[in-house]
Amino acid sequence: METAAINWHSFFFLLFALVACTFAVAMLLSSNIVRMAFYLVISLGAVSGLFFLAGADFVGALQLMIYVGGTVVVLIFGVMLTARAPFLRMRTGVAQWALAAIVGGCLLAVLLQAALSVDEWAPPSMVGENPPVSNTYTAAPLGLGVLGVRVDQLDEEDATLRNGMSGYLLPFEIVSIHLLVVLIGAAYLARTKRRPKEPTGDRQETVEPMISSGK
Amino acid sequence: MTIDLLTQPVGVSHYLVVGAVLFVSGAVAMATKRNAIGVLMGIELVLNGANLNFVAFGSSYLRGGSQGGVGLDGQLIAMFVIVLAAAEAAVALAIALNFYNNHATVDVDQGDELKG
Repeated sequence: METAAINWHSFFFLLFALVACTFAVAMLLSSNIVRMAFYLVISLGAVSGLFFLAGADFVGALQLMIYVGGTVVVLIFGVMLTARAPFLRMRTGVAQWALAAIVGGCLLAVLLQAALSVDEWAPPSMVGENPPVSNTYTAAPLGLGVLGVRVDQLDEEDATLRNGMSGYLLPFEIVSIHLLVVLIGAAYLARTKRRPKEPTGDRQETVEPMISSGK
Repeated sequence: MTIDLLTQPVGVSHYLVVGAVLFVSGAVAMATKRNAIGVLMGIELVLNGANLNFVAFGSSYLRGGSQGGVGLDGQLIAMFVIVLAAAEAAVALAIALNFYNNHATVDVDQGDELKG
């Protein structure tokens, strides 16, 4: 058994893929909400490793920064704010698990059959070679694409196809406004509501013991 | 089998298998979790499975360097999905916290007041 023929790209793909799938299934099977959040962090981090391996360095960095560093932290804040003893472990009934397993198994079978049956998606047939990719930095083409210029498709001959390959300036602006609306709306929804209280009642309770202890 | 996986290059279908596993885990988690925040975590897994497919279809690494597929569009759409998932998580968490403030529970089975 020779060890020189190991394709390290495949090795790291296998590592990250196993970590991502294992912790996704563990998150599904766990009933403790704190452990679920931890498993989700590991799984999303491994998915960012898969992005790096696919040559999408900027998207992998975004995944690490926004998803693992932002979204999951927001979710963990939600866990901490609602973590009371009856909600830490909420078990699902056996009948619901059985139904979910049947439906999920059927869905997985359909997706796997679709993923493995197309010849164009099969691995390229080069054994022991690195894939020939000249430019691996995608931040500048992505940024220009968001601004409306597609530098990766300037050499398209067909003029009608070139018209359909414009950039993403309008979606980018829509997402900007959307984020602003979401920021204001989330802050409005999650604010604490002040209950009407007697302000003098609190003050008397706090002041009086000090006076009595001073005497 | 594992030796074969270690020596052969990785293709698009490998990524699709991982994406399918993440998607199904997330979908089943959305259906079975009783905690509202657990349902949100399932949504995150589903979006990640879809993102993995977008990036795999747009990657020229996985096609042996040949052009084809969706090109850079896959990564651009994956970027938009990541940003919109962050916005969605913020709003959904705000709704869950509001529900918790009003009803003192995060069990989605208790949230059936809108039932007709």
